[in-house]
Amino acid sequence: MTYALVAGVLFGLYFSLVGIGLNLVFGVMRIVNLAHGDILMLGAFIALGVVGLAGIDPLFAVPLAFVVFVLVGVLLYWVLVPRLQGSANPEMLSIILFFGLSQVIEAVTTIFAGTSERSIQSRLLGTVFTTIKVKWFGGKAGGAGPIQIFGQGFPAPWVIAAITSLIAIALVYLYLYHTRLGTLTRAVMSRRDEALATGIDVDRVSAAAFGIGLGIAAVAGVFAPFMFGSVTPAFGADATVTSFAIVVLGSLGNPLGTALGGVVYGLCYMLVQTYLSSWADLLPYVLLIVILLLRPSGLLGRRVRVA
Amino acid sequence: MHNASKHLLFILAPLVVVFALLPGVYQNHLLLFNFVIFLILAQGVNIIYGFTGYLPFGYVGFFGAGAYGFAIMVMHLHTPAPLAVLVGGVVAVALGLLLTPLLRLSGAYFAIANLAASLAVLHFVANPALEGITKGPYGVSLTGTFNPSHAYYAAVVVMALTVGAVVYLKNSPFGLALQAVREDAVSASMAGVNIVKMRVIAWLASALVAGLAGGIYAWYVSVFYPDNVFSGEFSIFAIVFALFGGVATITGPIVGVLILYGIYNLIGFTTPQYFQLIYGLLIMGLVLFLPAGLVSLATRRGWHVP
Repeated sequence: MTYALVAGVLFGLYFSLVGIGLNLVFGVMRIVNLAHGDILMLGAFIALGVVGLAGIDPLFAVPLAFVVFVLVGVLLYWVLVPRLQGSANPEMLSIILFFGLSQVIEAVTTIFAGTSERSIQSRLLGTVFTTIKVKWFGGKAGGAGPIQIFGQGFPAPWVIAAITSLIAIALVYLYLYHTRLGTLTRAVMSRRDEALATGIDVDRVSAAAFGIGLGIAAVAGVFAPFMFGSVTPAFGADATVTSFAIVVLGSLGNPLGTALGGVVYGLCYMLVQTYLSSWADLLPYVLLIVILLLRPSGLLGRRVRVA
Repeated sequence: MHNASKHLLFILAPLVVVFALLPGVYQNHLLLFNFVIFLILAQGVNIIYGFTGYLPFGYVGFFGAGAYGFAIMVMHLHTPAPLAVLVGGVVAVALGLLLTPLLRLSGAYFAIANLAASLAVLHFVANPALEGITKGPYGVSLTGTFNPSHAYYAAVVVMALTVGAVVYLKNSPFGLALQAVREDAVSASMAGVNIVKMRVIAWLASALVAGLAGGIYAWYVSVFYPDNVFSGEFSIFAIVFALFGGVATITGPIVGVLILYGIYNLIGFTTPQYFQLIYGLLIMGLVLFLPAGLVSLATRRGWHVP
């Protein structure tokens, strides 16, 4: 029981990291980024590349993945979004457009990487910490063993991923509430047309939010091989639906809401897996539908039709 | 002549005749069957998306429910195939009724919730705990009813009904009311349109045709796994075909299926990832440059497209 609860919180924090980028993109642009899961998958492949080519701690892939995908995001934004916003029904068409993008990403990755499952030995993650510990305090070198919490051992990557997620969520919070660009972003989130009317450069703000959203997704992807065991190019689609469940569980446009949604999701997931394992696959979907139906306006703003 | 009878005579009749006669001259019957199934599904998407604006991203849920309705009837009650196909349609309508609350959601939320619903049905059917009823993830085998040529003609009949339904929507006050609701629900309701009833009818109609198509598909292939009949490709293909041609028209989805599914089969399946790449790019180009479909090329010039 303790094990399930603690594991649920650890996974939950990681799930928040998975969902937060999607939340940001949807909140700011009303765009449904169905390629979100594929960005995660690409982040995982960056981690694989860092381990495979350079042979160093996959943690170094975190800043790399973030910077690369912020740039990719800004570029993609300028190529795709202004044209989409000009069409009759951007919200619907964005679903189809980004589905197309996710197909392209999946296909290109498959062409270059094949369909086999990839994984990284979990003891590689966090070797940088143990090396520092050995340098400063002595002791024996080697991979990090399980970490003890409440007398139970948990794999070190889970704890590292959870801590990274906490840091990332805190940074998103600082960005949104304590920087100028973040304040503008929140203005665009609440009323796009009024923000435009007051002279805010909506495109620049949105491009930044899109880039950051993709960057965070890629960072979450770096940990995916450790949290889910392995990744394939087809991993993206499931990750997208899971991210939606998390975003919907928390509240829209508020990173703390997504953090809460992720933790609730993680706890449910671990408890169901412990006690009713054959039904665990159903959970994200059922949870998503129930939440959408029960609290559509409370959790998500303008979802209910006027008529 | 009346518009509706013109549409029936010049669009529906030739389509049915061609697909009824083709098996005699063309040997690849599976391909023809798939064409008919996708015509049904694309028109089903047209009914719900084209006329009401709800994007059914989990449309395959109805298709799979129909297939499993058929399979369960045949496996456990040994019903004759045509009856089981009808039951498949009923099962899909029942699922549609269960999911009617989703119509309260709008825009992207409906699409995502519908996708989640189809995946939930998939995981429900494929659950090893229900092996006694659905055979779980191990798939069903219905060799007793195997009769591809009957199944093919049944599919042509359902296709005729579906296209007929779209002709009706295109030419009736009911279809006009639906389109009014799609454009502006508040104004339509003030003009005396019962919005909820309209949407639910269109929703259940599109569920019914997908369920019938699923039942016939199960009859035709007779051996399948949950992942086959709940494959997201059915939803995506049907939506992309309908959009490519142009929704809220009779001819748009037909043209979309004939062209895109034709290309699909010309490219072949040997290297699926290249196909996926081309398809992804095609979808993106479609949304960015031709969001109203092929028929918009004609309507932009002022030609009327049925």
